[in-house]
Formats: sequence, structure tokens, C-alpha cells
Amino acid sequence: MRHTISLFVDNESGVLSRVAGLFSARGFNIESLNVAETLDPDTSRITLVTTGDDFIIEQVIKRFNNMVNVIWVDDLTDETRVEREMILIRVEAKESTRAEILRMADIFRAKVVDVGSESYTLELTGDKEKVNAFIDLLEPMGIKEIARTGTVAMKRDAKNSNAEEGDK
Amino acid sequence: MARMIGAEMFFETLIEEGIDVVFGLPGGYVLKVYDVLPKFEGKIKHVLTRHEQGATHMADGYARASGKPGVVLCTSGPAATNTVTGIATAQMDSSPIVVFTGQVPLPYLGSDAFQEADHIGITRPCTKHNYLVRKAIDLPKTMKEAFYIASSGRPSPVLVDMPKDVILEEDELVIPDKISLRGYKPPTKGDPKQIQKAVDMILKSKRPIIFGGGGIIHAEASPELKEFAHKLEIPVTSTLMGLGAYPSNDPLFVHMLGMHGSYAANMAVHNSDLVISIGARFDDRATGGNFDEFSPDAEIIHIDIDPSTIDKNIIVHCPILGHAKLVLQQLLDALPEKIEKDRKEWRAQIEEWDKKHPMSYNQTGDKILTTYAIDTLSNITNDDAIIVSDVGQHQMWVAQFYKFNHPRTHITSGGLGTMGFGFPAAMGAKFACPDRQVVCVSGDGSFQMNMQELATAVEHKMDLTIMLLNNGHHGMVRQWQTMFFDGNYSASRFGVLPDFVMLAESFGAKGLRVDRPEDLESTLKEGLSTKGVVLIEVMVDCEELVYPMIAPGGAMNDMIMATTPDVA
Repeated sequence: MRHTISLFVDNESGVLSRVAGLFSARGFNIESLNVAETLDPDTSRITLVTTGDDFIIEQVIKRFNNMVNVIWVDDLTDETRVEREMILIRVEAKESTRAEILRMADIFRAKVVDVGSESYTLELTGDKEKVNAFIDLLEPMGIKEIARTGTVAMKRDAKNSNAEEGDK
Repeated sequence: MARMIGAEMFFETLIEEGIDVVFGLPGGYVLKVYDVLPKFEGKIKHVLTRHEQGATHMADGYARASGKPGVVLCTSGPAATNTVTGIATAQMDSSPIVVFTGQVPLPYLGSDAFQEADHIGITRPCTKHNYLVRKAIDLPKTMKEAFYIASSGRPSPVLVDMPKDVILEEDELVIPDKISLRGYKPPTKGDPKQIQKAVDMILKSKRPIIFGGGGIIHAEASPELKEFAHKLEIPVTSTLMGLGAYPSNDPLFVHMLGMHGSYAANMAVHNSDLVISIGARFDDRATGGNFDEFSPDAEIIHIDIDPSTIDKNIIVHCPILGHAKLVLQQLLDALPEKIEKDRKEWRAQIEEWDKKHPMSYNQTGDKILTTYAIDTLSNITNDDAIIVSDVGQHQMWVAQFYKFNHPRTHITSGGLGTMGFGFPAAMGAKFACPDRQVVCVSGDGSFQMNMQELATAVEHKMDLTIMLLNNGHHGMVRQWQTMFFDGNYSASRFGVLPDFVMLAESFGAKGLRVDRPEDLESTLKEGLSTKGVVLIEVMVDCEELVYPMIAPGGAMNDMIMATTPDVA
């Protein structure tokens, strides 16, 4: 099963290796990993997405809890949550496809962030499904390069939740 | 506040932490630490080991015998990598050691400088935590954190890497009074709801058994365990690491369980209706490894300080996260005044299993059986003697035949199974308890892995006995080849062995040898009563096998019993 795990950790060297090491020790792959500072500069937030045996992932989460540098862990998998990913995608822009690319970007609410003589670079934010659908649709036009942030996730505010369609 | 260099802060902080022994070996980047060491004479005793692996096992043995953290000091690169086996050994058995390594100066980190290795990266998976110190002023605080982390919660090793420029840097000595780590809050008391649930389960159980592990020893919970077992009349079995936590001469004791556990213990666990596990982690050697068939009719209460052990191998019905001593006190407090219990049938059943297949041996031939040798040792050593075994057949026989009645008297590498652990660990135990009898029980295979420390032991004029059981083989390897590989004895026999008596004498120790059963007891007695380091080489039969045995992956009621005529 796919798990989205959120960790608050000390913002210092080596912490990411400790976190990643628990996965490599079990032969598990991390699908995506996002790390950045929180409002408190001493703390980083990690959002980690992995797929694997629930039982083993539960063990990994317990081990996270044991780590001195891990302040707090939450498995968001069964929670109502917002998940977003940002992607930069550079797509070939020929005379014949330029209009179609811009139309698609408009439908997906993507932004054009760079225009070259032979390509457009688009920026899109969305959940994994939306991002993947966008990539699939642009595929025939010729994708030159993509860069994805990996998922970031947050639990919804239980009292005042206003889920958009397609959110978890 | 006094100004001093990092090297001096190192010793000042050790003294503040109550550390008086350091096991180590000097070299390149820690030379300044060794340069200031003589200033602390009388306060810090340094034991110059002959190998850094020996130093780590000594620190580990010291920690296991005393409950206080053991300290290692060595340089970078090969010295640090030499400590890795010792660190992993300590981690698997939850032993608090703190390893201090020298490191190349900060600007050279990552440059492949001479004797550089990534100590932090290499030891990350086998320590509870590790630190690279970047400023001298941070060193005392880091050390305090290291000792706190190593010895609190589930005890474990911690490594502190000290670059040369930090060792040389001068600054104020600032030793904080208190340590606060926002990401580290080890459990203490159990959840009262879980305590009540456990009490209800215990009171309605008909065939309960206590499955005790090393956690009882780390938590110093033996008195509470005894009171708890007696109040409820619950039989007690023990893992390898738990031996000594409960007196073997107590009528409720059912002996060790597991792969080479007693028939009665394994049958009792398999047939019980309530397993109360305290400070044990249900590993494959303790349960046979067939987790699906583990104790099929039983509900399971699991008391442990480490949340990651809960539901790891066995799914439990009532986990209690906490310190074994505190949880046992809570359970005792929660018991009703009057307890209705009828254990007659259950205890009679266990007794019957014990009578059917008792732990026994039959010393008849002219070759010494290791079982006989260990039983004899058990009869002639002091009640509070510390027995440190190595790894292999003799280790299992020590567990089966030596009668341990006190916590911290049985020391062995259970989890990692590190051959070569025994002798240096025995030395560490002797440094911790100089007035106690300490015996290292080793094999010819294990002893050869760290025998260089004989020099260290003689140098420190230790009174230490080594009982070296020589069967000319890697005995346990040979046993598996006998049982599971059609007797294909590939690479298990030693073509050449040293003359162990002469070897001991060459280091200035006393060497004795015995090869006839009738001379065994007198030779052991002579060795035990001789001052100094004494190595007694006992020539034993290589054909003897450790029984009973649960084949790997087997269930606890599925044991292979002895069939050879030598062993009953």
C-alpha cells in the first residue's frame, strides 16, 4: 500500500541519511521525498511517500519515533489530507502544437514559466493523479525534461474541512 | 569558568559523568587527548587494549556487569572501523557504551585524508545516535547527551566523533546540568489502562507463563519480577539474555526457552494460555522463528521499553510500553488483595515435561563432554561469579547447565553472536567488579578471535580465569553440518591450533591443560584458586551436540531431542 508519511526533524546534517537509512536497510524504495525548513528554522518537515508492506512500514514508523533527531511522525495515509506536488515540464513547442499546449495548460491551470524558440516550460501544481494526467497528455507533443518536487502533504483541518474534488 | 582545550574538556566531562575507566588505544588524531591523559591520573584509569575491537567488547562487558556505560577511546579510520563489530554487538544486546573516535580536522573532512573514514556514516545503523562535534565548546554538552542517550530508555551504543581541531581548540568549559532533547523522551511508566487490562488477563488465565528477557536486567527489575511471579504463582522462563534475572534455583523457574531451550520451557510457552513477556523481543532464536505457530492458544502481554519491538515478530494482545521495573511495580499495585489461582494442574504438567526430557548429560567415555565441564564449573564457582561466554556450542551449554541466580552474572553476545566477544568482555566485567570471581568460558574458535588481549589482562595483573573448551572445530558449525548438511564438514576443522598453554605462558599468564574426565574438577579448582590470568585448556569431545534443538523456522513444540548414546 502507498503511504504518505510526515516527519518533523531537527534541521541538521545527517538527519536525512538516518531517515533514508531505515528504508535502504529493509530494501525499500522511497517514491518521493521532500524536505524543507518549517516556520522554526531548527526544524525541517519531511514528506515521504513509499509503497510497501503495511506491517513493515509500521515498524519503520516506530523506528522513526525512536530516533533522537525525529521530533514527531505522522502516517497520513488514513487521514483526510491535502497532497500536492509541483512539476516543471519542458515540452517541445512546434508551430503545429503551440496552441494545443497552451490550451492544455489553461485547462490544467498550469503556468508558462519559460518560453524558448522551440519549447515551453510549464509549471503545474496538483495531486499525483493530476500531475500524471498532465504528463500523459503532453507526452505526444514531445516532453524534453521534467522536474518534480515530490509530494508535500498536510492533514485537513477537521473542523472546517472543504475538500476539493479529487482530494484524499 | 576555566579555559582549556577540547582534550581536557573530554576528561573533565568524563569525570563529571562518573566515568573512571576508559578502554582505548592511541593514534594520530587523538594524540593530544592522550597527551593530557597523565594529568588525570588517579581519576581516570586507561586500559591500553591491543585492538580496538577488544576495547569495545571490554567496555561492553564493563557495562553489562555494572549497569554503567562503558567508554572507548580510539583514533580515526581503521581504529574506528575496528570498533564497529563491538558497537553492533552492544546494540543487539542493548548495552550502553559510548565510543569516542578521533577524526581528521574539520577542513579535511571528506578529502580522503590519511586514516580518514566516515565514522558517522559507518556507525549510523548500529548506534542509537552519533555525533560529529564541530566546536570544543559543544563537546561537554554533546558528551552529556551521549551518556544520557546511551544509558536511558533502551540502552544502546552512541558514538562521538571528535575532529583533531576540536580536540586542540581552547574555550570555556561549560558542562550543562541538565539535558533536554525534544526528539527523545524514553517511556517510563506504563499506561494505566493497559496495566488494568493486563491484570484482568492475568487473573483469568489458567496456564500463564512469564517470558523474561534481558530488559529485566537492564531495568534492575529482578526483585519486582520475583515478587510478581510468587504472588501470582506464575512459572518463569527466560531468554538467553534474561538468564540471571530470575534465580535458577527458584521452584517457579522453568529454565531457558528457545532454539536450545529446555523441553519444559518450550512446551510451557507453546501450551500456555497467557504469555507475559517482559523485556524480550521474541526473536527467532527465542521463539524458533515460526512466528505463526507461536503459542497458538495464548494471549500475549508484551512489556517493553522500545515501541519498535511491539508487534515486530509476534502480534500481541496487550502491549505495555514502559520501564520493566516501573511497570512491574504498577502491576503489583494493581493486583487485588486476594488472588484466586489454581496452578496445581499447570505446574504438574510443566513438571511432567521437565521429567520427560530434563537437561542432562552422560559422562561415561574417556573424553570430556563440554556439558560435564560446564556443570562442574557451575558447582565449584562462587554463587555470584560472573560467567562470560563466547559464541557457539559452549555458549548454549553455559546457558543450559550453568546455574545463574543473580542478574548481571551471565554475559554473552546473544543477538549478534560475536565470536571473540567473551574474553575481552570478561576483562571488562572484571574491571567493573574487581572483587568478584570472573570466568570466561570460550572455545578454540572464539578465543582465537581476540586472544591478543591476554597481554592487556596480564599487564593489569587481573585475576581472571579462562576456561577454553578445545574441540578442534568450529563446534556449532560442525553441529549444523552434522544435522543439516549430511555430515559434510566443510572448513569447520582447524588444521593447526596453537598450543594454548604455551600461548598463555608466552604472554605471562598461567596455562593448564586437562584431557581426562577424572582430572577435570581438580584442574578447574587449581585454575580458579591461582592468582593472575589463568587459561585452562579443556580438551573436549567434538562429537557432542547441543540438544534439544528447534530446527530453524520451527515451532516451539517441535524439538529435536538427543539421540546419541552420550547424551541423555
